[in-house]
Amino acid sequence: MARPVQEINAGSMADIAFLLLIFFLMVTTMDVEAGLQRRLPPMPDENQKQDDVQINRRNILVVRINSLDVLLAGGQIMDVSQLKDKAKEFLTNPANLETLPDRKDKMIEGFGNFAVSEGVISLQNDRGTSYNAYIQVQNELVKAVNEIRDEFAMKNFGKVYIALDEDRQRIVREAIPQNISEADPKETGKK
Amino acid sequence: MAKFSKHGKKGVPALSTASLPDIVFMILFFFMVSTSMRQTDRLVVVKVPEATEIAKLERKDLAAYIFVGTPVANKQAQVGTDARIQLNDSFKTVADIRDFIAAERETKSEVDRQFMTVSIKADVNVRMGIVTDIKQELRRTSALKIMYNARRGEPVNN
Repeated sequence: MARPVQEINAGSMADIAFLLLIFFLMVTTMDVEAGLQRRLPPMPDENQKQDDVQINRRNILVVRINSLDVLLAGGQIMDVSQLKDKAKEFLTNPANLETLPDRKDKMIEGFGNFAVSEGVISLQNDRGTSYNAYIQVQNELVKAVNEIRDEFAMKNFGKVYIALDEDRQRIVREAIPQNISEADPKETGKK
Repeated sequence: MAKFSKHGKKGVPALSTASLPDIVFMILFFFMVSTSMRQTDRLVVVKVPEATEIAKLERKDLAAYIFVGTPVANKQAQVGTDARIQLNDSFKTVADIRDFIAAERETKSEVDRQFMTVSIKADVNVRMGIVTDIKQELRRTSALKIMYNARRGEPVNN
């Protein structure tokens, strides 16, 4: 007469699971890695003769932040909140003004010819600029580009940029490039 | 004649807790897979700035982190309160970034090396001077993909 195998009491399993759960809750760091992604320009080769890339004056918008976090864009002192509209006006040049960037026809694969703006935003900062101010300015510039991209995507594909498929996103990216150059540091205005 | 129970009202039956372990395990597994253990001790205090146009880092495993900020309170006696750079587990200078990037490249597989992103986690209050130095050093080591770490939120204008 074999004795039936006794069942193991599983009542404390929940306790054990809770213990593990609480451990993982404690050690978890839920910080998402996000931020403003940028591509730095490669270091110019010292041996190479530097051929000056002459960019037309009208195609550059100089955005400068000094050591007191005062913002200067295109020769005007302004608040960060005004920068986005300034950048958008600069990049789109809606009225085809002489003083704003030129447009150049470019063949975009899968879309056709499009007059791509030649504007470049040159961002300059001082060593004493606060990081926060710098990021806010970067943020506004990225926002300007993103809004133009959204408008372009809305007009041509009926969707916002982020909702498009990979290939169409590429088309939008080529039509509206994100030309933000972070200038080489200058030793000016040092306290 | 049907036979009725004589016990009368039974009251609310006890709630079965048999499925409680299952539920707890479910939550447990969620946390287990979503957890990333903090690998290094933080030596600097970093409160990243807020921005609205942030993009998520696609490949977390291909990131190298540079922390910039004020040293934590119990280290300030040794190193002062000036903003410092932390690489891995210790305070470093700008000159050490080259070695750090080289070492980080080694840990990534060969195909992924070109996609390595250097994530700069800098405190809101650091000055751009130190960040510019880091950027220049990164350009020299041709680690050109960078990310300024930021939180989602309405930026504070000051």
